[in-house]
Amino acid sequence: MRRDDGESLLWVDRHYVHEGSFHAFGKLAERGAEVVEPKLTFGVADHYVPTRGSRHNIANPELARMVRQLEENCARHGVELFGLGDSRQGIVHVVGPEQGLTLPGLLIVCGDSHTSTHGALGAYAFGIGASEVAHVLMTQTIWQKKPKRMRVSVDGAMPPGISAKDIVLAIIASIGADGATGCAVEYSGSAIRALSMEGRSTLCNMSIEAGARCGVVAPDAATFAYLKRRPYAPTGAVFDQAVEAWSKLATDEGAAFDREVALDAAKIAPIVTWGTSPQDALPIDACVPDPSRESIPERAHYLREALDYMGIAPGKKLTEIAIDRVFIGSCTNARIEDLRAAAAVLAGRASKVPGLVSPGSTLVKRQAEEEGLDRIFREAGLEWGESGCSMCVGINGDLVRPRERCASTTNRNFRGRQGPGARTHLMSPAMVAAAAVTGHLADVRELLRGGKV
Amino acid sequence: MEKFTKLTGAACPINQSNLNTDQILPARFLKRTRAMGFGNVLLHDLRFDSEGREKSDFPLNKPAWRTATIVVGARNFGCGSSREAAVYALYDFGVRCVIAPSFGDIFAGNAMQNGLLTAAVTDEEAAEIMGSLAQTPELAVMVDLNEQSILCGNRTYRFRIDPIRRMRLLNGWDDLALTENYRERISAFKADDNVKRPWAVPREQV
Repeated sequence: MRRDDGESLLWVDRHYVHEGSFHAFGKLAERGAEVVEPKLTFGVADHYVPTRGSRHNIANPELARMVRQLEENCARHGVELFGLGDSRQGIVHVVGPEQGLTLPGLLIVCGDSHTSTHGALGAYAFGIGASEVAHVLMTQTIWQKKPKRMRVSVDGAMPPGISAKDIVLAIIASIGADGATGCAVEYSGSAIRALSMEGRSTLCNMSIEAGARCGVVAPDAATFAYLKRRPYAPTGAVFDQAVEAWSKLATDEGAAFDREVALDAAKIAPIVTWGTSPQDALPIDACVPDPSRESIPERAHYLREALDYMGIAPGKKLTEIAIDRVFIGSCTNARIEDLRAAAAVLAGRASKVPGLVSPGSTLVKRQAEEEGLDRIFREAGLEWGESGCSMCVGINGDLVRPRERCASTTNRNFRGRQGPGARTHLMSPAMVAAAAVTGHLADVRELLRGGKV
Repeated sequence: MEKFTKLTGAACPINQSNLNTDQILPARFLKRTRAMGFGNVLLHDLRFDSEGREKSDFPLNKPAWRTATIVVGARNFGCGSSREAAVYALYDFGVRCVIAPSFGDIFAGNAMQNGLLTAAVTDEEAAEIMGSLAQTPELAVMVDLNEQSILCGNRTYRFRIDPIRRMRLLNGWDDLALTENYRERISAFKADDNVKRPWAVPREQV
């Protein structure tokens, strides 16, 4: 239903909550309110869970309290929880699709900005704040205004060594960290169609890094095949009925968009970030900017501050930047395909720096172990951990130390994101693996060709 | 929610584009409860050095702006994470209005939910306001939501805000109170939708 002022009250099909949702549960407690649709609400322990050491007796009492609080809130309100010890536990944006809870055409919200991930399956999914989480818990609805429409078309064949992460970093570098503010972004084109659900997840996940409300890929045969036989997805005749409805979700031909952007997949090189915003991204064969060559004073100031924080000399070649640590994980890049891509580079090689691999979910972890990927990571000298948000946001204790430089598959290279003073370079899992074996930022294509880097 | 109509106070310029919510409220403070307050950790890692000492060159630490009720920022203020605690931190510090050329989408929504005004001006206007404040730090800035105007020195600026958010701030309207009026229609929608989209509910687990 739409009010005269243009805001519509929308039904929420799925609501995911995590440890950080405690503010919202607190608001319910204040009002003595109940969760109105517990069967459409699902809890996942991910933000504060340890990825190493005991997960049953969490050593840090504050972390233990955060996890226990979620367990108590879910139990009190009859909300199903994928908690610690549950074989389905993982990062909420990996678990939703994996369990078949995320479906095309659903409206999905979660108190986490990377909720845009679920658009990979054709859901309309976006992150909300604590007040809105409380509103959804109490009413199962949310007030929304129609967003602007933006289409990003990526056509052509992706060269070897290039992944969805490179595509999305190229997009953000091109349109900027506010290039899609207030927009629903549809990703289309042959290169997007060719992506798996994992790749599409990476792409939609980082829509928020361009400021978008949400990112979406039209559901297709690959989406339907992915969802078939997932635990919470419909079955039998209901599934067929769903596929019929989902098939109609694609954008009409000739539909108008407020903004259109086009990229040629064949021209995308492996991308890494050098600065403190995801828009500070360049192809691996480039040099970092030199503020003294910048004519706009504000821009020069920005470059100087970013390079200073990152501890990189102006104009330095990206491939000459040595790293201290690697991290493979997060809701952006910790699905099975990501782990396979990293393992393919690491197989038979050793990492020159320490690092942690944290699978996107406990099920991904199990599958990776069945495929022997854990052995490849361990033999390369990396730590094989449990699933959670881990070193992407560092609130579970997995931190990059001050001034340490980390090649990371995560989504934000903000100042202090991985820990106070931490320096983050974002890139694909294969590129993180390449950085690990060389000890510096490196072009994975060279390693894949067997060349010296 | 507290109403917002008019505000006059010290305005602190923070000239950083893409000032994300990780800067406004670093993640390690997210465990705090609302009652503990977030004001003393607002912009923590920009305000304080690694030893916890104030950085004297950070605007919020300068005498004229220590009790600022307005922050003037650059493009894409509050981008990034959805943490509402970024708004709590500004609010608890005493800030009731942020003036900037553009805002992170989720941040602006969270701000409105807590009675914090996000007033959008052009890049040039934001730069000009920051310039005036750099010259005269103690300049009191007046923000009028009814008029959608900002008075800074002898200049008046018009600011943009979504008309719905403006109405809600002016009246202190709460989302929940608004939605209460639709309870019956929500129930009717649900019943109808269960027939139309039986696939939309999670399959029962056995």
